[in-house]
Amino acid sequence: MSHSYDRGFIEDFGRWREFSAGMWAWIFHKFTGWVLIGYLFTHIAVLSTATASDPAVYTDTLQGLEALVIVRFLEVGLLAVAVFHILNGVRLLFVDLGVGLEAQDRSFYASLVLTGAITVASVPTFVGGVLA
Amino acid sequence: MAEHYSSFQRGGTRWLLQRVTAVFLIGVLAFHFFLLHFVNHASEITFAGTAVRMSQVGYFATMWLFLVTATFHGVNGVYNALINQGLEGTRKNAVKWLLVLASLLLVAQGTRVAIAMTNLV
Repeated sequence: MSHSYDRGFIEDFGRWREFSAGMWAWIFHKFTGWVLIGYLFTHIAVLSTATASDPAVYTDTLQGLEALVIVRFLEVGLLAVAVFHILNGVRLLFVDLGVGLEAQDRSFYASLVLTGAITVASVPTFVGGVLA
Repeated sequence: MAEHYSSFQRGGTRWLLQRVTAVFLIGVLAFHFFLLHFVNHASEITFAGTAVRMSQVGYFATMWLFLVTATFHGVNGVYNALINQGLEGTRKNAVKWLLVLASLLLVAQGTRVAIAMTNLV
């Protein structure tokens, strides 16, 4: 069934206390999307060291970045952002297909919990070699 | 009744392409992260190792398609988010062409980088 919903001023974040699960999912999806597209441009910029005539420039740049503790934690953050965007993206595809609409709030909470679990479980891998 | 939140107008071409690229990206982004952080650790990456991976035709093609679809999906998402913020008229047109230019530059540079990582060409 087609249904239009008057969302009012969507970007009026002053109303955040009134936001429902679906609205938070929409905001988080948008936020993680901005982070991911920003990262894509940065990623290609860093990988552009591969075009240097000396291959050591690429290897040294990547290994130099990986030696920084802050970079490892930023990677954990990036994983969290990517996992949430993927899981909520799957949820959105189901919503668009009209599947599980009645559970869309619960599937948002499930996306959050699963993102948290995967992120926490990944920490040892990401900090390996610089902290552990 | 469940509420529907999306920055996209349902049924349009941009909406459809955003969904189609999403399906591809779900798998490839997960594969990319898993391969380069959990199978091969990022801290151990060398140009030689990258060149071995990128010199396989299937891997190269997957990564290049990843670049193109991720660029489209990301930039299309940004464009729709801005329209959703109320972007209209001349500014909307200017932003559209700026984003198209940024996408083309990113794909061009990404392709250049991908070719530099391989011995396929």
